[in-house]
Amino acid sequence: MTAADFLSIDLPAILVAVLSATSCGLLGNFLVLRRQALIGDAISHVALPGIVAGFLIAGTIATLPLMLGAMVAAVIAAGLIEIIRRAGRLESGAAMGVVFTTMFAIGIVLLEQTGASNAHIDAEHALYGNLESTLWLGVTGWDDALTWEALSQLPRQLITLAGVTAAIAIMIAAFYKELKVSTFDAGLAASLGLPVRTISTVLIVVVALAAVAAFEAVGSILVIAMFICPAATARMLTDSLSRQLWLSVLVAVIAGVGGYVLAAFGPQLWGDTDSLSAAGMIAVVAGLLQTAAMIAAPRYGILSRAIRRRTRQLDLPA
Amino acid sequence: MPGELFSILTFQGGYNTSVVLAGVIALGIGGGVIGVFSFLRKRALISDAISHATLPGIAIAFLIGIALGGTGRNLALLMAGAATTGALGVLCVQWIRDYTRLPEDAAIGTVLSVFFGLGIVLLSHIQTLQAAGQAGLNSFLLGSTAALTAGEAQLIGGASLVAILIALLLLKEFGAVAFDEGFAAAQGWRVARIDLAMIGLLLAIVAIGLKTVGLVLIIALVIIPPASARFWTERLGRLVALSGAFGGLAGWLGGSLSALLPDMPAGAVIVLAAAAIFTISLLFAPRRGVIAWGVRRLRMRIRAASVRGLLAMADGYLPPDGLSYRVVRWRGYIDGDARITESGRTAASEMRRQDRLWQTYRTRHPEAALSFNPLTGTRIEDVLPADIVATLEAHSR
Repeated sequence: MTAADFLSIDLPAILVAVLSATSCGLLGNFLVLRRQALIGDAISHVALPGIVAGFLIAGTIATLPLMLGAMVAAVIAAGLIEIIRRAGRLESGAAMGVVFTTMFAIGIVLLEQTGASNAHIDAEHALYGNLESTLWLGVTGWDDALTWEALSQLPRQLITLAGVTAAIAIMIAAFYKELKVSTFDAGLAASLGLPVRTISTVLIVVVALAAVAAFEAVGSILVIAMFICPAATARMLTDSLSRQLWLSVLVAVIAGVGGYVLAAFGPQLWGDTDSLSAAGMIAVVAGLLQTAAMIAAPRYGILSRAIRRRTRQLDLPA
Repeated sequence: MPGELFSILTFQGGYNTSVVLAGVIALGIGGGVIGVFSFLRKRALISDAISHATLPGIAIAFLIGIALGGTGRNLALLMAGAATTGALGVLCVQWIRDYTRLPEDAAIGTVLSVFFGLGIVLLSHIQTLQAAGQAGLNSFLLGSTAALTAGEAQLIGGASLVAILIALLLLKEFGAVAFDEGFAAAQGWRVARIDLAMIGLLLAIVAIGLKTVGLVLIIALVIIPPASARFWTERLGRLVALSGAFGGLAGWLGGSLSALLPDMPAGAVIVLAAAAIFTISLLFAPRRGVIAWGVRRLRMRIRAASVRGLLAMADGYLPPDGLSYRVVRWRGYIDGDARITESGRTAASEMRRQDRLWQTYRTRHPEAALSFNPLTGTRIEDVLPADIVATLEAHSR
């Protein structure tokens, strides 16, 4: 592998994976703590009809209309879920199930009926993403990597994602206290005069933004995995929110890099030249990290709890 | 075109179309009937974890099929693989929920994304094999009835019928556990086993339906019909029957439309038919529907406004706000020049008397009075026995 190959093929893909994982992983902490983990699932499924509608209205596959379409669809879905949950007095899981499957179905029908499927939009792509096609063209080696000319050709998804990730990190830092109080104790937050409703709406909108930005590159399934696995892993390891946030970023980065490396170079270990799906592999690595945490976490892991239970039993007077 | 639609709907669209349609209807009924129980247990999205967790199973079954020298497209083998990893997925969800500090929704999200990720990795490996029939695997994602042979449709229909039959046989047990787990346990039923049977059936219907409607949309078949049926009834038997009927109806309409029109994927059309039924139920169901609820609320506001207006009139004022003014004007208690009419005077003094009696009742029997809404202007004679009203009358003077 040459430096040019690495810089133009692997590095952008790794960076996109890491940035997607970080932005979704950071927000996931709040979703998991608020018992809204599956909102991420619903939102990333409805991105499909949004993207198709954006394409049909704008008539191009330019990023902006597609992302706008997906954003609008995500917000509509979140609103519909809330309306159906209240008006129909349904449990939120059922309301989510009704809304996201229906919107996904609308997306598929639109896709098939309008011929949008010929324009590089297809449902499978939406599910798996296409990390491997994120290329940094116009770079030939380490020497010219930092020149203005090369940098200006960085893949567009990478720049979008970097912006979104930075925005999310700044938002969390700026409103840390508000987010923390309203997440752990909505009643207390309301009595302190915090706009609890607005905070949760804004959170959903930002989740939609992160999902849509990551979705194009890594597909909806990896988005869901990143909303949940890093946060859940970190949750197993600590009780402190700030430590949980840092840990989730660490997990996201490890999963992103590790998953990509395993998918791209793993098969060569047994002499296979083809690479595997990076998005899928990143989800698997995140799952493995979470499993390890669930089993071996120092305080809340299954092993240490079993050991504690055993020592307690031994301590009992005979 | 309408004639053609009619002939498909009435099973005259050719042998293959009819068999596929019958299979899809059986699948719809099965999804509706079996979905009721996880819906009632407020675990509707467990099916989301199951359906995504089937993907690695499908891929592994395909690889096994190839290794055994076939094309890997044997539907029964693929279904078995799907059910195996689907079951593994459910076990993982329950394990995470029961043995770690993570809640069930995080467990479902973890399982669905990680299992699906594994499935994608395996599929990306399969794509490099250039094996025969691998293109057919994609139909498991989004489903297709076009690719369904008559034999496969018979398998799907038959398996759905068996699942429905088992669910009906266990209806009493399922109902008890779904409505009140503690009660079922106290009755001596083995809740864990009944739960397992419920999940097993859910798993079966997901595995059966995968090929037809795809793994994202199969979830809709077990969530939307029960959620729709819930608007119409409170009783388990009727809920199951109605949910099955809605599922079957969605399968029938969706299956027919997709057979008739080009580029109409069956799974999506079936889900849209189910969503239409849901919307109608949400809006128009007689007691729990949104419109019935709105009408009830409006009536309540009008009655309260009338009480407000009449009480103000009894004290010699005009009704205090726009709504109460319009209501008493509409009922003819005041005329166009804002003068109190004869009937208005009578009604106002009767309302004042009612209010006095209710106040006395509330002072003397505060607990009992809690069960009546003070705003709706219920006549006290209509709800309390005459002797109590007479006592109140004596005390209120």
